[in-house]
Amino acid sequence: MFAAETLQGPPIEWVSLSPLLILLGGGLTLLVLGALTPRWPRGLYATFSAVVAGAAMVMSFVLWDDITDDGARTMLAGAIAFDRFSMLATITICAAVLLASMIADDYLRREELDGPEIYGLFLMAAIGGVVMGAANDLIVLFLGLEVLSISLYVLAASHRRRIVSQESGIKYFVLGGFSSAFFLYGVALIYGGSGSTNYAAILDSFTRTVQTERTDAFVLAGVALLLVGLAFKVAAVPFHFWTPDVYHGAPTPVTAFMASAAKVAAFAGMLRVLNVALPHWRDDWRPAVWLMALLTVVGGSMLAVVQTDVKRMLAYSSISHAGFILVGVEASGHSAGEPGPGVGVSASMLYLLLYAVLVLGTFAVVTLVSRTGDAQTDLGAFRGLGASKPVLALAMTVLLLAQAGVPFTSGFIAKFGVIQAAVEERSYAIAIIAMVASVIAAFLYLRIMISMWVSDPEPGDDAREAVRVPIGTGLAITVCVGFTLLVGFFPGWVIDASRNATLVVQSLTP
Amino acid sequence: MIAVAQPTTAWYLILAALLFSIGTVGVMVRRNPLVMFMCIELMLNAVNLSFVALARDLGDIKGQTTVFFVMVVAAAEVVVGLGIIVAILRRRPNATADDMAELKG
Repeated sequence: MFAAETLQGPPIEWVSLSPLLILLGGGLTLLVLGALTPRWPRGLYATFSAVVAGAAMVMSFVLWDDITDDGARTMLAGAIAFDRFSMLATITICAAVLLASMIADDYLRREELDGPEIYGLFLMAAIGGVVMGAANDLIVLFLGLEVLSISLYVLAASHRRRIVSQESGIKYFVLGGFSSAFFLYGVALIYGGSGSTNYAAILDSFTRTVQTERTDAFVLAGVALLLVGLAFKVAAVPFHFWTPDVYHGAPTPVTAFMASAAKVAAFAGMLRVLNVALPHWRDDWRPAVWLMALLTVVGGSMLAVVQTDVKRMLAYSSISHAGFILVGVEASGHSAGEPGPGVGVSASMLYLLLYAVLVLGTFAVVTLVSRTGDAQTDLGAFRGLGASKPVLALAMTVLLLAQAGVPFTSGFIAKFGVIQAAVEERSYAIAIIAMVASVIAAFLYLRIMISMWVSDPEPGDDAREAVRVPIGTGLAITVCVGFTLLVGFFPGWVIDASRNATLVVQSLTP
Repeated sequence: MIAVAQPTTAWYLILAALLFSIGTVGVMVRRNPLVMFMCIELMLNAVNLSFVALARDLGDIKGQTTVFFVMVVAAAEVVVGLGIIVAILRRRPNATADDMAELKG
């Protein structure tokens, strides 16, 4: 049998893993204690999950400084990367959990669904997302993806009295499982072609095996399937068809969480696998990403304009935002694997951070306007909001202008970043198409603004319940709007941070 | 004696590809959520077969251990998926994917 020394595990760096461990401990504590103890006083579940996410975020900031001092590395036998890229992804995801908990608190009490489950699942999904951002092995990436997705399936179906919520849960589940199978088949084929699932080993295999012994047909097929799987998760056209239904049917705070945290996690995983493990195949995957970016910016913007339901509009707008991030991914493909900072990666990460905050704020307003029952998300429900709740309408206007990419908002900085990255890498065509598409998309945000400020309420609208602004959600919206304007006026510090968020690239052969 | 062709790795990979395709087509054409779910499981198991065949071919244990991870994930998916399906079918018996038209894509 095995001798004890042959089964030595890798050293575990507890401090470097602390954001993950805090989320895990917090999530499990909440689920177990929440199930065993009687109902906690109001707001305590949300406070708990917000504190856990905040603690993980603070640890990530501390570790960010550590990486600046000691350099990036991989941990746990090369399975997890410890670099500023993963820390930025962690910070963004923790911020999403924090804000989503604040929004969910009032929502769940309004819908009489209060309990620890939603918050526990937020934290579990965050673990999956953090693992995806840090994964340095395809199997670890798959596990992170599944932890995130399975939590989201339950979250989407979590409104027990709304049939559309359960419907969106099952749609997300079937299509999510479908895409995971594609992703996993890609992993299997890359494993077959390169002999390993570890990113460093895949990188090395190009010179060791693929170039000398085999053709790389396996790896190429694997890369294609991997991209399909990830494109489903980030909702890129033509793999986007689940998005409007799922975003529409899911409870609005969950939609906010999905649009922010899940997108950050999937894109972070995609950027790392493409740039760290597969730079040798960059001329093969870049055209595919280019085409998806083109279809996604154009398709998302065009389809958004014809919608009449605000949640569906925002779902399509999130598709078009995914297209902009794909423009950044495409730009990263020009210099993938080369030494020196790639502008594409940092521009994409900056976009993800700014977009996550924007979309959380926007959906927070939608949560309030949808009123009890979470059903009133048509454009008509926004009519006259400017007259009845001017501050809320003003906040929504700022957030929508930022989504459209108007200067002096964070959305402009985000869009400018990816377009600049594309131009620097001489992808002029996609940069121009993306800018034109953003003009089309601006029309959609304008429609919501016109509904709020210009249109009078419909005749039957007096019957609609008045919009209330509870403290938690109000605070979340304030934070989002404040961040949007702060970054809009003083963008230097976030741009610097994103420029520093480099990927650790390690090769087995020095 | 009849000469029997010895199965090679390629046979298993082709079989896995066939199973995966059957699963893919199944998800797209079948309308019962339970059957769609079974087709997804078929796809995952086709991938498992590829992993084992490739690991045998490479003389590497990692591919075989991966299969256990996939099985655990598939089991977790079963728990969640069946929970959601049961919740829907309890409200609307005999529901098929076409009946779920509250949301239109």
